[in-house]
Amino acid sequence: MEHQASLQLTSSGADYSAHQKIGLAFIGVGLLALLITFLGEGALNPTVTLALSLAGLLTGSGILFARMLHQPAGVNNNGVWFSGATARGMAGWILGIVFTGFYILLYWTPSNLEQLIRGTDALSYAIRGSAADQWFLYGLFYTLAVLVMGIRMLIKYRDNRYQILRTISVMFFQLGLAFLIPNLMVLLNQPEFYFSYFWPLKYDYLWPSTFSSLTQGPGLGIFLLFWTAVMTVIATPVLTYFFGKRWYCSWVCGCGGLAETAGDPFRHLSDKSARAWKIERWMVHSVLVFVIVTTLMLWGNQWMGGGLLGGMSQEFSRWYGFFIGLIFAGVIGVGFYPVMGSRVWCRFGCPMAAVLGLLQKYFSRFRITTNGGQCISCGNCSTYCEMGIDVRWYAQRGQNIVRASCVGCGMCATVCPRGVLRLENGPLEARYNGPVLIHHDDMSVQLDETWKQSRPLMPPVQEDLPILTDDDL
Amino acid sequence: MARHIVIIGNGITGITAARFIRKLSDDRVTVVSSETDHFYARTALMYIYMGHMRYQETKPYEDHFWSRNRINLVRGYATQIDPGQKVVRIADGNDIAYDALLLATGSQSNKFGWPGQDLLGVQGLYGMQDLTLMERNTRNIAHAVVVGGGLIGIEMAEMLHARQIPVTFLVRENSYMDYLLPKEESALINREIAEHGIDLRLNTELKSIRGRKTAEAVETSQNERIECQFVGLTAGVHPNIDLAKASGIDTNRGIVVNEFFETSLPDIYAAGDCAEFNADGIGSRRIEQLWYTGRAHGKVVAKTLCGHRTPYQKGVFFNSAKFFTMEYQTYGDVPAQSEPHIRSRLFQSGRKLLRINSDRESGRVLGFNAMGVRLRQDQCEAWIRSGTSIKNVLASLGKARFDAEFYSNAVYRQAAAV
Ligand SMILES: Cc1cc2nc3c(=O)[nH]c(=O)nc-3n(C[C@H](O)[C@H](O)[C@H](O)COP(=O)(O)OP(=O)(O)OC[C@H]3O[C@@H](n4cnc5c(N)ncnc54)[C@H](O)[C@@H]3O)c2cc1C
Ligand code: SF4
Ligand code: SF4
Repeated sequence: MEHQASLQLTSSGADYSAHQKIGLAFIGVGLLALLITFLGEGALNPTVTLALSLAGLLTGSGILFARMLHQPAGVNNNGVWFSGATARGMAGWILGIVFTGFYILLYWTPSNLEQLIRGTDALSYAIRGSAADQWFLYGLFYTLAVLVMGIRMLIKYRDNRYQILRTISVMFFQLGLAFLIPNLMVLLNQPEFYFSYFWPLKYDYLWPSTFSSLTQGPGLGIFLLFWTAVMTVIATPVLTYFFGKRWYCSWVCGCGGLAETAGDPFRHLSDKSARAWKIERWMVHSVLVFVIVTTLMLWGNQWMGGGLLGGMSQEFSRWYGFFIGLIFAGVIGVGFYPVMGSRVWCRFGCPMAAVLGLLQKYFSRFRITTNGGQCISCGNCSTYCEMGIDVRWYAQRGQNIVRASCVGCGMCATVCPRGVLRLENGPLEARYNGPVLIHHDDMSVQLDETWKQSRPLMPPVQEDLPILTDDDL
Repeated sequence: MARHIVIIGNGITGITAARFIRKLSDDRVTVVSSETDHFYARTALMYIYMGHMRYQETKPYEDHFWSRNRINLVRGYATQIDPGQKVVRIADGNDIAYDALLLATGSQSNKFGWPGQDLLGVQGLYGMQDLTLMERNTRNIAHAVVVGGGLIGIEMAEMLHARQIPVTFLVRENSYMDYLLPKEESALINREIAEHGIDLRLNTELKSIRGRKTAEAVETSQNERIECQFVGLTAGVHPNIDLAKASGIDTNRGIVVNEFFETSLPDIYAAGDCAEFNADGIGSRRIEQLWYTGRAHGKVVAKTLCGHRTPYQKGVFFNSAKFFTMEYQTYGDVPAQSEPHIRSRLFQSGRKLLRINSDRESGRVLGFNAMGVRLRQDQCEAWIRSGTSIKNVLASLGKARFDAEFYSNAVYRQAAAV
């Protein structure tokens, strides 16, 4: 009898860990080879060790992903809060420190990464005709992370076409527009230009320095300026009007692309509290003001021939580049994935997200609709919202979700076990539907209104945080 | 002067009532519950065990919500009510005086007197304490048996499966939930259960549980012995009437109430899972044990408690569930066995199924079942309520779609082709 039970165990339990062990062994070898490259001081050929490392990492990931294919398709977040790596355990903190450390080396002491950089020389010569630098290494790692973890997304969400298309899209934009094309442009003696980034995310694209270098530089410069201006001023509002900010944040953007792929295992770590929401609104709009002021100052200074506030505008732009561009977007934005979730930068710092958010909130057809009274308040939607939106708050009272920060990743709708949420583009009327009555035939809206008049309503509590005023009558 | 309204039970019923009382009046509100300090979603219990969420993620409101909105929370077990003195006795010795009292005490798991049902490792799943127990009972076990083919049973099977514990699932019926679901729907779920590697035993009942101190095996009505270290008893729930009974309030299977949720004693009300409508009550189902009905009861009884006596009326029935990865929604009237006056149209494409029932004579649409596809509740309800003809419904079925963008439209194409 004992035997029978253990036989059953073999078919589902033990098999799993054997498979997992092989995959992890390959990843271990890959990491070791990476470490050897990093510390190798040229004793071993870095091209060989780096190639070995990537081969190990890719094979190991492939083996682990193949396991997912054996499980029936469908939402599977089993054990997310049990694993140290995804639940801020020891492994999570170590990962966070490694990611953060990498950014620090990359920005401040790239010489420490010399061997890794040399390891990518061969590839760099092949696609851009010159030796690699730390930015090439970074771009390569970044793109690989999006591609490999993108494949994981494709497998994990293989029964959901919205997730599939969206993931293919970010993989395409990262590989094509944020990696190959800019490097090929270098090869062709053109400016290294990123077609998928615009001001104010790529803040310097509307700074006078970029204007002068593009207009005076070789070839395509004027076209590139035209592209930047059109995308920033025309395409952004128009596309956001029709589709919401998701057209950019979860379909095109590289920061979003990394968050949606490499960041997927950490999405539930975002803070859902009303307090965090308040901080978010202050912070992200402050950054937007900062970048607008900086840009205006630079132009003012340019126009007045350096007369505006002396060197202040240069100083301002240097600070912006340092604190926002480097520390916030990079070190904190990605380094803190395993601690604060995958969208820290997008949520608290990105000025592009702030612009798109304002457009989305006040001038867009996009909203998430809720399905009558079907919500069981389980909390899956809020938990897996990487932007920390308390989706359940709205869903359980039958209210549409119209939030500036929503990047339209669709994950709330995907994980909802009751089919309550749907991302939609629709007419502006009734987009803010207010908390509607949820399936109570006995109480028509009219009855509620007369009732309100016949007895004094409690004054709403704490108006400053709308999330706390519970007025779903 | 502000009255004191006391609510026993911080589930969806009690909490919905508390929130609406706060909105409608300036009365003092106290919610007493022995289960948890704060309201959490019972429907999410499974996700805690599976590691999708922690307890704190299942709480629909942040902890400071209650004090900000002046809803007083008391953790304690109410042992008795003294309707003469108008006080509730709490197990810790305190008395709470009330002007009006709402019992929202929910349900309890059924146990049918099986031999061995009190052994260690044998349990139901209803509350947070059960979950803690299950956590302990399933540590390092080799095999589990789940008894009872209802919604909680399949959830328990899925929970154990998520922890890689092999499960045998004993179901009395010929096919999973065939007492509620038509045969095609039920068959899809049987398949879903099997695909997840659950050992599904149909037509099988529990006879006894064997073991000295802890469960070691179960014996089935098929005279099989299945070794296991854990037995989940999920053969339904019954209203929790302990407190009402101890206090001399009329009870039957549930606490007997009229359509105003008034019990047999003045100023004492009961709603949610624990209530049973009296004979002149409403509709065919006298006990409603759903999240949705609890929410509706709570909202209506709040009005009555605030002095605006409002009867409860049922709307178009709806419900939903998820069986492993298979989503299910239902609207209106879709009986398991076809009835002569109903014409049932079935559209199926692989794991996606859409059933639309209409009246054979008048053609009015009566109900919808959706599996693997999502339907818009407002639309389905509007069609059912207005008695829209099946022809018109089929012609404009797209309006009822609630699937994610780019989702397969196979079943809708079939329906449109009719
Ligand atoms: C695992 C599970 C999954 C479910 N999933 C769904 C679903 O998907 N959809 C759906 O519609 N329904 C579902 N249900 C049913 C649904 O959860 C219940 O119908 C609903 O929670 C009932 O709410 P209630 O407020 O009436 O009672 P409860 O939620 O049971 O709340 C009653 C509370 O009162 C407390 N209490 C009782 N007596 C006393 C006392 N004397 N003193 C102090 N406190 C007391 C209890 O401890 C409990 O906390 C599920 C139930 C379970 C167990
Ligand atoms: S609300 Fe939903 S779609 Fe929007 S960001 Fe959150 S999970 Fe993504
Ligand atoms: S919308 Fe869905 S996921 Fe969110 S709380 Fe409601 S039922 Fe759960």
